[in-house]
Amino acid sequence: MDRGRRTGIQAAAALIQNANFRGFFTGRIYQGGLKTVCVPGLNCYSCPGALGACPIGSLQSMLGAKTFRFPYYVLGLLVFFGALLGRAVCGFLCPMGLIQDLLDRIKITVKHPKFKGDKALRYLKYAVLLVTVVALPIAVKLTPFFCKYLCPSGTLAGIMLALADSSVGALLGSRFAFKFAILALVILASAVIYRPFCKYLCPLGAFYSLFNRVSAVRLSTDESACVSCGICASACGMGVDPSRDPNSPECVRCGACVSACPYKAISWVYPGSVYSRENAGEQRPAKVEKE
Amino acid sequence: MRSKRIFWLLIVSAAAMTGTGLALGQAGQVLVRAANICLECVGIG
Repeated sequence: MDRGRRTGIQAAAALIQNANFRGFFTGRIYQGGLKTVCVPGLNCYSCPGALGACPIGSLQSMLGAKTFRFPYYVLGLLVFFGALLGRAVCGFLCPMGLIQDLLDRIKITVKHPKFKGDKALRYLKYAVLLVTVVALPIAVKLTPFFCKYLCPSGTLAGIMLALADSSVGALLGSRFAFKFAILALVILASAVIYRPFCKYLCPLGAFYSLFNRVSAVRLSTDESACVSCGICASACGMGVDPSRDPNSPECVRCGACVSACPYKAISWVYPGSVYSRENAGEQRPAKVEKE
Repeated sequence: MRSKRIFWLLIVSAAAMTGTGLALGQAGQVLVRAANICLECVGIG
């Protein structure tokens, strides 16, 4: 799948999830029944266009309720999305992913630099999930810590609400300034590093990454066709080597490796597909051993 | 094969959890939260 087609799917998903277009002009958020359903990606429910509920915000509000009840409903939906799609949600359905992908297209000479500490920083998103989404809301009731201090999606929602309704704009204070600084950092970093928010901070990505090895939508590498040329690894913005680990927790299923592989050794696996079915009728280029 | 079995186990668990949550009225709790502007989310305060 080429990049343009994926961008089209991402844009369509973002539009569908934010189809309350009137809200962008009136500043009034949608309050209908669809808001009971969590969307798969990180999409703030306070966004004036949002039709569904943010799964991370909903999870925090359930965990942080005055009387604790296990969040069966939200967790069930999250496990369903994870088991079905894994991090394909990040690659195809998440509006934050779309924003970062668009920012990645800004032409800056140095792209995807591998800096010292990158590997360690990848674990930060799991800490964000456990501490700010699970532990702190349980410990300190009625406080969604991730939403309150980190979430850039909420900051974008705040900006859109303030633009549509000046009375909301008048209420934005120091906390908004702090969150705006985080959003600005994510935007600036996105122009240099591929998807920094997904790599290092996103608790939803951390959750879905746990399902990447077993989800219905996966990637598969045909070892008999792979010549270990490294083209797929250099095409991957997330720093994964698909020839060795096509279902790495870091893979957001952008499909860049599938398009880049000249030997068609990497293919999509999804329900109803026979392994490499889409390449089955195609003659593979002759395998050339690497010198 | 093993991953396929885990996948189906997860789907069944997800269906059971979602069903339980619906029966307990948790969808309504999500609606209450999501249908009002979340002050923390947008950075008010």
